[in-house]
Amino acid sequence: MARLGKQYSDGEIIVRQGEPGNCMYVIQDGTVEVLAIRDGKELHLRDLGADDFFGEMALFEEATRTATIRSKGTTRVLTIDRKSFLGGIHEDPSLAFRLVQTMSHRIRDLTDRLARYEESG
Amino acid sequence: MGSAHGSFQQLAAEPESAKTLRDGSRIAVVGAGPSGSMFSYFLLNMAEATSLQLNVDLFEPRRFCHRGPAGCNHCGGVISESLVQRLATEGIVLPDEVVQRGIESYTLHMDIGDVEICTPLEERRIAAVYRGNGPRDSEPMESESFDGYLQRLAVDKGANLVQRLVTDVSREGDRMRLECADGFHDEYELVVLASGINSRLTADLEERAGGFRKPAPTKAFICEFKLGREVIRETLGPSMHVFLLDIPRLEFAALIPKGEYTTLALLGDDIDEELMQRFFTSPEVKNCFPGGKIPDHVCHCYPRMNISGARPPYADRMVMIGDCGTTRLFKDGIGAAYRAAKAAARAAVFHGVAAEDFEAHYWPMCRSVQVDNRFGKLLFAVAGLIQKARFARRGVLRMTITEQRHPGKPKRMSGVLWDLFSGSARYREVFMRTLHPAYIKDLVWNLVAGNVDRSHPPAVERRHGTH
Ligand SMILES: Cc1cc2nc3c(=O)[nH]c(=O)nc-3n(C[C@H](O)[C@H](O)[C@H](O)COP(=O)(O)OP(=O)(O)OC[C@H]3O[C@@H](n4cnc5c(N)ncnc54)[C@H](O)[C@@H]3O)c2cc1C
Repeated sequence: MARLGKQYSDGEIIVRQGEPGNCMYVIQDGTVEVLAIRDGKELHLRDLGADDFFGEMALFEEATRTATIRSKGTTRVLTIDRKSFLGGIHEDPSLAFRLVQTMSHRIRDLTDRLARYEESG
Repeated sequence: MGSAHGSFQQLAAEPESAKTLRDGSRIAVVGAGPSGSMFSYFLLNMAEATSLQLNVDLFEPRRFCHRGPAGCNHCGGVISESLVQRLATEGIVLPDEVVQRGIESYTLHMDIGDVEICTPLEERRIAAVYRGNGPRDSEPMESESFDGYLQRLAVDKGANLVQRLVTDVSREGDRMRLECADGFHDEYELVVLASGINSRLTADLEERAGGFRKPAPTKAFICEFKLGREVIRETLGPSMHVFLLDIPRLEFAALIPKGEYTTLALLGDDIDEELMQRFFTSPEVKNCFPGGKIPDHVCHCYPRMNISGARPPYADRMVMIGDCGTTRLFKDGIGAAYRAAKAAARAAVFHGVAAEDFEAHYWPMCRSVQVDNRFGKLLFAVAGLIQKARFARRGVLRMTITEQRHPGKPKRMSGVLWDLFSGSARYREVFMRTLHPAYIKDLVWNLVAGNVDRSHPPAVERRHGTH
């Protein structure tokens, strides 16, 4: 059945670290892995599931993607263009509320991880 | 420094609204179509974020789990690309049970040929949904109605669903009084009219309140054909089929594939039998159906459509949203309902519920839609001229086909048509693109080239459907 979004198969790369990007993604269905690639090695950061989003930094800065996103099993993902997003924020700043909330959770999570890493090191 | 000081002074000088929502304030929302349910959802969301405790009664006599007209709010059921993206950003990701089909292209049909216009991303970002639980006489569906889904979101956020028909809204001192058909009545600090274009409530208000003008409607037509999934896959595919035909008063016609069914929506200036007869007998329409034969429809209605907004769409402690306030001309009515619902909720939570609050914080959104609709009228007038002039149709078709055949080529005409059909971009933005010198140059060239050598009409260009 033709549902919303674009389908990716198991192991397919949706976003590649270091490549330029101008959109973010919302997971319609399935799970993706967030990976950091350092010296050719993969570091698994987290898994994301239905309704989660990724690639949001590209909406705010012209930098390259900071992580690779790989499909875990079959996934379906919806893209949100930068133009459409920024146009929406311009009209209704509260549109960014959920994004900011999630980004804030992620920063908190990273800070916790960093603290644990410093302690153990 | 100076401007910061100025804005501070302005802030300090801004009088606090005489009518604000406080903990325990009661709000009545009349109608749980898209605008009413989304208003309730966003109002409660914003109240939660600001630690404000509100009580929302959402009045809706219709049950969206019913099939046929009893459960349906009569519309084409196309959720535009921009709305799908906005809702996803808000955390409202339309579930698979609600989406009957993801649309990935538009196929434009004209007497001189057809062309399929594909999404640049090869992704399905337009949703075809049912507002109720499917056509009359259909088998019960496992899928969920779009309106039912939004209503559930509002109820999960804390709205209290009241299954009653509201018959009267009046002022009782500094509160609003609401009466229902079964004799129930109650008082509220704010009444939100989200009762659509068909409700008597705005007509009653016009009769009673001088200076208020209800929205103006026109008659449209919708019907459903049962074709079956397999036939739809072979004939229509995941493409919405739109028609540019020389039929007076017809502004827009579209076949929208859904699960087992296909919805036909005709919009224009008072759609009547004569217009429909001409539409159904045109070969371009017949060719979309298997064997060139149009089957009997299983469900139909003549819904009304808002073509000019209410004025003013607010008063003290009352605001009108969606179709009973201001909406977009012909396109993306549900997207306009979303924008109105959010703007009204923001005004009520962050500013107040006096007429001045809505005038300052809700009316600008309505005005921008109304201004944009003027550009829409202009664009549909130009489309009307193209419908009448065969030489213009040749140019449009040639330009679109050339763009679709060459992936690297700028999609000037395709982009304009895509946004006009899908309603995803503002009409003003689409109009401005048609004034771009490169667009005009390409169009002139294609008008000449398409009409000079008529012995070679452009080939039919479609990925989906019968040729
Ligand atoms: C032919 C046609 C095709 C369309 N196609 C599309 C499309 O494809 N995509 C799109 O985005 N838009 C489309 N629209 C526009 C879209 O239908 C409307 O803009 C949208 O439904 C407006 O939502 P609303 O909540 O304001 O009103 P409605 O959807 O009309 O909902 C109003 C609700 O209020 C309830 N109600 C009414 N009176 C009372 C009362 N007295 N007491 C309690 N409840 C009451 C009703 O039962 C109803 O549930 C189309 C319109 C028409 C006419």
